[in-house]
Amino acid sequence: MSLLAVTDLTVTFGRGRGRSTLAVDGLSFSLDEGETVGIVGESGCGKSVTALAILGLLPRRRVTVDGSVVFDGRELLGASEAELRRVRGREIAMVFQDPMTSLNPVLTIGRQITEVLERHFGTNKTDARTEAVRLLQQVGIPDAARRVQEYPHQLSGGMRQRAMIAIALACQPKLLIADEPTTALDVTIQAQILELLRELVVESNTALVLITHDLGVVAGLCETVFVLYAGRLVEAAPRHDLFARARHPYTAGLLASVPRLDLPKGEPLHPIKGSPRDTIPWAEGCAFAPRCPREVPPCRTGPPPLGPAGDEWWHQVRCVNPVPVVSPTPSSTEPPS
Amino acid sequence: MTAPAPLLDVRGLQVHFPITEGVVIERRVGAVRAVDGVDLSVAKGETLGLVGESGCGKTTVGRAVLRLIPTTAGTVEFDGEDITSLGGERMRRLRRRMQMIFQDPYASLDPRQSVGAILAEPFRTHGLATKGTSMEARVRELLDVVGLPANAASRYPHEFSGGQRQRVGIARALALNPDLIIADEPVSALDVSIQAQIVNLLEDLQERFGLTYVVIAHDLAVVRHISDRVAVMYLGRIAEVAPAQDLYDHPLHPYTVALLSAIPIPDPEVEEARERIILAGDLPSPADPPSGCRFHTRCPFRQPTRCHDEVPELRELRPGHTVACHWAEKLEGLRP
Amino acid sequence: MSLAEAQAAELTLELEPDEAGGRWRQVLRRMARNPLAIVGAGLVLLFVLVALLAPVLAPYKPTVGDLSRIRPGYIPGPSAHHWLGLDQLGRDELSRILYGARYSLLIGVVSLAIGASVGIFVGATAGAFGGWVDNLLMRLMDIMLAIPGLLFAIAVAALLGRSLRSVMIAIAVVNVPIFARLLRASMLSQRESDYVLAARSLGVRRGRIVTQHILPNSMAPVIVQGTLALATAIIDAAGLAFLGLGSADPAVPEWGRMLAETQRFLQSSPQLAFFPGAAIVLSVLGFNLVGDALREALDPKLRR
Repeated sequence: MSLLAVTDLTVTFGRGRGRSTLAVDGLSFSLDEGETVGIVGESGCGKSVTALAILGLLPRRRVTVDGSVVFDGRELLGASEAELRRVRGREIAMVFQDPMTSLNPVLTIGRQITEVLERHFGTNKTDARTEAVRLLQQVGIPDAARRVQEYPHQLSGGMRQRAMIAIALACQPKLLIADEPTTALDVTIQAQILELLRELVVESNTALVLITHDLGVVAGLCETVFVLYAGRLVEAAPRHDLFARARHPYTAGLLASVPRLDLPKGEPLHPIKGSPRDTIPWAEGCAFAPRCPREVPPCRTGPPPLGPAGDEWWHQVRCVNPVPVVSPTPSSTEPPS
Repeated sequence: MTAPAPLLDVRGLQVHFPITEGVVIERRVGAVRAVDGVDLSVAKGETLGLVGESGCGKTTVGRAVLRLIPTTAGTVEFDGEDITSLGGERMRRLRRRMQMIFQDPYASLDPRQSVGAILAEPFRTHGLATKGTSMEARVRELLDVVGLPANAASRYPHEFSGGQRQRVGIARALALNPDLIIADEPVSALDVSIQAQIVNLLEDLQERFGLTYVVIAHDLAVVRHISDRVAVMYLGRIAEVAPAQDLYDHPLHPYTVALLSAIPIPDPEVEEARERIILAGDLPSPADPPSGCRFHTRCPFRQPTRCHDEVPELRELRPGHTVACHWAEKLEGLRP
Repeated sequence: MSLAEAQAAELTLELEPDEAGGRWRQVLRRMARNPLAIVGAGLVLLFVLVALLAPVLAPYKPTVGDLSRIRPGYIPGPSAHHWLGLDQLGRDELSRILYGARYSLLIGVVSLAIGASVGIFVGATAGAFGGWVDNLLMRLMDIMLAIPGLLFAIAVAALLGRSLRSVMIAIAVVNVPIFARLLRASMLSQRESDYVLAARSLGVRRGRIVTQHILPNSMAPVIVQGTLALATAIIDAAGLAFLGLGSADPAVPEWGRMLAETQRFLQSSPQLAFFPGAAIVLSVLGFNLVGDALREALDPKLRR
């Protein structure tokens, strides 16, 4: 049974009579215990909203959340606030993009960790403090005993992000959701943080949902990749399959438009035409149709269903005219181990 | 035969920002050494990429070269003329030949001006077109060149997407027919699918108008794609300069090696096979940089002598490829 | 991608229908969606209309009273002929309230106009020039801020006599440093923007940068302050009149003064104090609501 199963998640932001935006439009995906999953998409695709919806962190006013989010056998949508508070921090933890604004500037790092321990485990102050120091060491903060008394502004960006991860992992959650955890960091610091996440997740068998726009980050860290566009899943596959044989024109377009360090420099890039704003509602057809180089008339008649890409049942794509596979290699028809 | 003089020649550039204390009377207690001795030269028609992480001083170099911020030491020569202390009207006129594209498409356009007014301003400032049809025609021309429809002129910045605003910024930079354009992180604030559009646009424009570019960015993949030569900066100094492909094929400076190995590549097979060099620790503060080689505190290949107390100078180790490291030759064999 | 493709790539500029137009149109649209803003605007409009049209609207003259209708302990309340009743000197209360709006509006607008203009001028000069000019002007503003407004008003009244003019001068002077500091701070933050840097890189002269770029973009908080300061000016004027610092002429139907004069009738005829008090509250509320809504509409963070 999956650890987390999201089915038909729909998030609507209302702005008064008749003017509402569908931030997430019928999203479904699932992950198992210990699995690392990447959710990839650009701005406006709904990936951050999805994370907040799972944890019930979206505002109540003017926001409607429909669908189902089942975590460890329990339905989270519609659960009481008390229920959700028990889950947050203890079973599902979240790491945000900007550690400066997600850490409380007036509390020490230590206090922010012990707060979580005291809340969920009822640990006493001394034990919590010791555990906090241990956690900071575990996330690679040097001189942890001293740092535990410092305030967020006294730490560098990379340190702050490590502290956030320490807070998230304090209660050994089953699932960690990381929303663009390295976007605000320099590339060498990003490598450190990704390495840290990789190690921690393996050590503690925590499932990880990594939300990002950076395909390179996902390629290095996530077993399964979900590609989001305009609030809906358009492609889902194990990472080797996704990158080697991207079937959805959007995924293929993204991969083709990014300059690659390991390929020879030379020809011009192949961008996707238009901008993320140029979409049509899913109800009317494929949201990507206005920008799609492979558009055909059926694309505008109704939403394309999500289905397997050819023989590969483990590779799902939402497209009526997917990118053809160049030539089938023997390994491509085998399910991944 | 001597090579033609470079369009831009920077020597020994230093930009220090004073740190002051005191309320009524300010005392200088230190300085942030944002740029601490930089030599650069850019040939006409060339694209020089300037890369580095936050705090390395690359943006400051860009602004100092355009004389938008005061320099503490060093010289800037543009087309053979020393413009380091050029002032007043002469500098103003010279600005027509050197322009900048800014990083943040949301902050670099005056929200109160229509796009047409934004693009007309360079002409008006230098008395190049009278109001009316000739100005309108020029604005339309500019919009056309960057791929925006003519009716964009009557709209306001907030009505456009990030990519479109960036095109307006590019059009503005082109208005005066400059020789040199300094692009400060031209695509980092844009969505991935839009970045390629803007990169291609910049390349087209370079070919069409014979522009010389200095592209400042932290995304090495984009910089390699667009640049002829690349300079890597670390904490206010240049670590390595090389032709773009050579930098990636044969990085000589340990920082460059670490930087390259840290960049994620969208290919899981490559990612798994890679060996990473993970740098320890954080960037030191530019207000208090390490002695000797700036990088020695984090360098995985630090040697017991020279690194700590001697500042390395740029030396040419391969054709057109200079590096500021005392031990670069020795290290070539050691790296993965 | 060729340039032709680049053009094709830029699909038709699809705009949200309500995003078109300049900045102020956008602001007005956002305010129109705010119910409190509508209420506030309604109150302000009512207030201004009443002030302007008082001679037409008022059924009686505000200064003419029929003392024969007044007996000790009895002042006629609201009736068919006098909708708000009579005041302690037999004058029609409704007419006095209506005319009172003129005085409040006059004092509020004039004193604010003077104070804000001077303040904006000082702030703009300080913000534009910086350096010792800035320092000098701001220290002057600090000194002005250090003097308590009320004491200053009393001093002015003592010097120039008790009159509407003294009240206006006092309120104007108090507003000068407020606007000066506000505009200067706003300009300082705009000065660091990228678009200002862009203008400099184009070679735009410093003077033009200040007048064409920095100043217009710095005005937003000043305008918000303007509406709120108008509200405060009305209250201040009423307060000063209440304390006896306003016009010395007992016939003037100024709301604050009316409040003062009717204090002794609170037991017997409380409506005499209630009406001018309510008038002050409602007009001030109107300006405050509009000012708050304006501030919210101008907040760039709330923009999508």
